[in-house]
Amino acid sequence: MSVFDGLKFRKVYSPIHNLDPRIKFIYVLAVFVAAIIFSAIIPLVVLFIMQLPFVLLARVQKQWIRSLRGALFLALFIFVINVATNFFSNGYVLTALNVENAAAMTLRFVVLVESFSVFFLTTSPDHLGLALEQSRVPYEFSFAFTTAVRFVPVLAEEAQTIMDAQKARGLELEKGNFLKRIRNYVPVLIPLIVSAIRRSLELAEAMESRAWGATKNRTNLYALKLHRGDFVLLAVTVGVLVLTVYAFFYVHVPTLSHLFGFA
Amino acid sequence: MLVVEDVRFSYPSGVEALKGVSLTVKDGEFVAIMGQNGAGKTTLVKHFNGLLKPSSGSVRVNGVETKKTSVATLARNVGFVFQNPDHQLFSETVDAEIAFALKNFGYEADVIEKRITWAVNLLGLTQYRKTSPFMLSGGERKRVALASVLAWDPQILILDEPTIGQDHRQKENLRQFIMQMQTQGKTIVIVTHDVEFVAECNPRVMLMREGKIVGDGAGKDILTNPELLEQSSIVLPQIAQVFTRLTSLGYPKNIIDLYEARDLLIEKLEKRRR
Repeated sequence: MSVFDGLKFRKVYSPIHNLDPRIKFIYVLAVFVAAIIFSAIIPLVVLFIMQLPFVLLARVQKQWIRSLRGALFLALFIFVINVATNFFSNGYVLTALNVENAAAMTLRFVVLVESFSVFFLTTSPDHLGLALEQSRVPYEFSFAFTTAVRFVPVLAEEAQTIMDAQKARGLELEKGNFLKRIRNYVPVLIPLIVSAIRRSLELAEAMESRAWGATKNRTNLYALKLHRGDFVLLAVTVGVLVLTVYAFFYVHVPTLSHLFGFA
Repeated sequence: MLVVEDVRFSYPSGVEALKGVSLTVKDGEFVAIMGQNGAGKTTLVKHFNGLLKPSSGSVRVNGVETKKTSVATLARNVGFVFQNPDHQLFSETVDAEIAFALKNFGYEADVIEKRITWAVNLLGLTQYRKTSPFMLSGGERKRVALASVLAWDPQILILDEPTIGQDHRQKENLRQFIMQMQTQGKTIVIVTHDVEFVAECNPRVMLMREGKIVGDGAGKDILTNPELLEQSSIVLPQIAQVFTRLTSLGYPKNIIDLYEARDLLIEKLEKRRR
């Protein structure tokens, strides 16, 4: 469950944790857009490095590295597929440029995972819910969203218990060919889904018995307010977007292969 | 025979759940592992069928090192019934649920049929054979989970919190069932908070605290030791609470069995009346 660990929030106080989640989310979206727009390796490396100060300031390096490790398999998969398709469509020739492009595609994925991981590692579900609410999302939806986020680690733990229970009855998850392996997960998925449904019904009853939704106009104890740091981040975000658009239209981004004369 | 030697275990999160546990459970023994939440009880028994492998030290089941053996192989000898039956039930019928493990272990169809019949009879589930396990009550689901493990007749049986959510009659059935298994020479390990249940069964009791075993002995010695139990947040069984106060009147201290207590009281009181 290492992938989920990378998204699990732990309460820490740092300048990054105190940033407004709305601004942080806009920043992540900007990085997302930039990563999609660029397909050359140099800007993607820059985007990758740009996240590091956030990670260090927020002191979440450990969990962040764990989430990257969780994405490692998929990243390798993307790399291999890219290299292979280039190799076969090029008439069985592999150039340095092909490898570089494959690396760029992989890095794009890593940047996406990385920025989302930083966002979720440094934003508490409560803040996220508040942000949604203050963005005029109906409370029912924002509540459903925060609850879903909050239950991810619980479900991950439950999945582990179910796997243990079925293994104790002789289930071997790693046995058989690809299709068989997928079928092996049926005894894990059914109890997981059933218990999630059961839990949601119980939660609904518990909430209703505590008068959920009794007042139309809810007020919050805490309200999100923008501070100086948020404006700085907003400026950075705008900067990233402007630079991205500028580079996209006016700058020809060189590839490493051209710079070092491999192509 | 279950031999645990100086086992330490840390979860990936860094929490050290077992801090050097050593114990031996002989064939045919009945052991209750007790202790407060987070003492490491479930972590310990998960080592018995290889679900968890020790970070250091060794666990051997009938001489086989669990570190080098798969859970599926160990499970043939070590049946493990989890606390919550909803964590394992997934089939459309009770029959299919019980057949699941038997199929995993590669039994023939006619043997599977025989084993299912045997298990449902044993646990009083015969009328539910074609019912969906999800339609059954909590206590019945718990029995289906138990039947699905008993069906392959493991030598060692581990029950995690078997009495939770069971009414008094079901507990009594469970107790008699455990006694019956014991007469067949099965090794039984239960993890429980239920002091009264343990007092009625009077097994060997192991008391755990903070990843260590702090008490190990006959139920009537461990469960009548107030200092030891106090540290593990366990309350004395009701009978023991009465008899620890009666020592000044010449009663023995280590009494936890209801019938023994009754006979003693009758004997003493009748003597006084004469």
